[in-house]
Amino acid sequence: MGMTITEKILAAHAGVDSVEPGEIVDAKLDVIMCHDVTTPPAIDMLEKNGMDSVSDPDRIVVIPDHFVPNKDIASAQLNLRLRKWVKKHGIKKFYDVGRNGVCHVMLPEKGLVKPGETIICADSHTCTHGAFGAFATGVGSTDLAAAIYSGRLWFKVPSSIRVELSGELPEGVCSKDIVLELIRMIGVDGALYEVLELTGDTLPGLSMSARMTITNMAIEAGAKTGIIEPDSVTEEYLKARGVEDYEVVRSDADAQYSRTISIDVSCLEPMVAFPHLPSNGRSVTEIDEGEVEIDQAYLGSCTNGRIEDLRIAASILKGKKIAPGVRMLVVPGSTEVWKQAMSEGLLAIFADAECAVSSTTCGACLGGHMGILGEGEKCISTTNRNFTGRMGHPKSEVYLAGPATVAASAVRGFITDPRRI
Amino acid sequence: MRGKAHVYRRNDINTDEIIPARYMVKFDEREMGKHCLEDLDTDFTAKVTEGDFVVAGHNFGCGSSREHAVWALRGAGVKAVIASSFARIFMRNAINGGFLVIEAPNADEIIKDGDEIEIDPMAGEVRDLTNGKTISFQPMPGFAMEIIESGGLLQYLKNKG
Ligand code: SF4
Repeated sequence: MGMTITEKILAAHAGVDSVEPGEIVDAKLDVIMCHDVTTPPAIDMLEKNGMDSVSDPDRIVVIPDHFVPNKDIASAQLNLRLRKWVKKHGIKKFYDVGRNGVCHVMLPEKGLVKPGETIICADSHTCTHGAFGAFATGVGSTDLAAAIYSGRLWFKVPSSIRVELSGELPEGVCSKDIVLELIRMIGVDGALYEVLELTGDTLPGLSMSARMTITNMAIEAGAKTGIIEPDSVTEEYLKARGVEDYEVVRSDADAQYSRTISIDVSCLEPMVAFPHLPSNGRSVTEIDEGEVEIDQAYLGSCTNGRIEDLRIAASILKGKKIAPGVRMLVVPGSTEVWKQAMSEGLLAIFADAECAVSSTTCGACLGGHMGILGEGEKCISTTNRNFTGRMGHPKSEVYLAGPATVAASAVRGFITDPRRI
Repeated sequence: MRGKAHVYRRNDINTDEIIPARYMVKFDEREMGKHCLEDLDTDFTAKVTEGDFVVAGHNFGCGSSREHAVWALRGAGVKAVIASSFARIFMRNAINGGFLVIEAPNADEIIKDGDEIEIDPMAGEVRDLTNGKTISFQPMPGFAMEIIESGGLLQYLKNKG
């Protein structure tokens, strides 16, 4: 019987010929990524258990992103602990403030994601890296501690759902709209314990950035990860980042899937997920002009904080000002994105439109800092979650959308169809 | 194991509700327990006592990978969560940390808020002592039980040497 790309990667890393869904395997890890919120507890556990060693410092990547630059004394202490640990164990792949980025934006940028690899991070959006045909999944702090210590981790082999994307995206519609539609269709637990394997004739037309926006939100359907087989677009991206020796893994023609979901993307329209679930998607055409007035617009995060996303937003904001009474925050996803946006003149466009541009951070995406919402405030955001209290006060509201919809809504002052601007 | 049930007849109770990110600058269980579930139910921490249980619908613990969600529940005194299903990272975190989670479909319909319940993990039964009903559940797979019995994943690794 054939295997899926996921089954093949897990089998290879467990040192066995084949695996089946449901089986528990002990797999070798290629990349162990660490950030500032979930890593200090892992370090603490290792120290308390007398296990403070690192199996292979070269497989560890450390990127503080959530509460940096340090938002308060407590988070400064977390980061201090992380920095001391990095130094103690001679971890070289460490990207501190000024050289950092949201970890999932940075890992591929630095050429640290390779097809066929296993990647974990104590962060649920690790599934982003599945866009490169790697098995990448989020875990908790205890898992991270075990991974740091042993270089391996247990996994239950997941079954896979085949998602076939067909057709070409219409003008003004982006990959965020595809993933919001997918989650609307299957729900926030529609892929629980499973993998979303994306295929179809839409993919060759999607850049790596657009693909990462989709795999990033696989977790919002409960999936263990999203995964896409590498193709020439992947190869070009990797080549430009100096990544060479890797092995491309593909699903067999007779691989087994639990089900197939088809989406014709040529019929899609810009989507907005209403509070308080990513599955509450509605097409912008179903939202009346002025129906949802907004207080804040947020452009950034591991979902849509890459240079392409900033370009889309800037193309709408160029020569305009955001509506009175609205605040728009632009948070480039990494230092590289920030510098690129500066050299392309995008930061000036944002500033002229009266947006606040910050240094790179997760910031307000998780209700951390720099843009927290007050009671009753509404924010349209390019991020991935709109749970109760996600960006601030439990009575605030988050609406998820793509960069064009966010920028256009900031200009109008209410949620609008970006194609009207 | 006996205690009072706090029932939330809701699906998709997420980690942002279990412990909001604003409290994640520290990871002391007791401290986090003081804010457990506060964005879902502001009275929860006042009502809960040591040894109680939380009962909910599908996809409990979805969202972020924060193990802080398990720590906050334990810090608040919660001994186990009974839900129709769990999000996968939350489930991993519970197993790895030796925290009991029970997948029992419809438990949130059978058990009423405030009922006295008893869990028998070996027999795979939850008994509602208030209404006399019994719910059966599939015990955890052997591998997960081994980790829980070792006292968590790190201890398990250590024992293996
Ligand atoms: S940008 Fe938001 S979703 Fe992405 S890693 Fe940071 S907090 Fe998590």
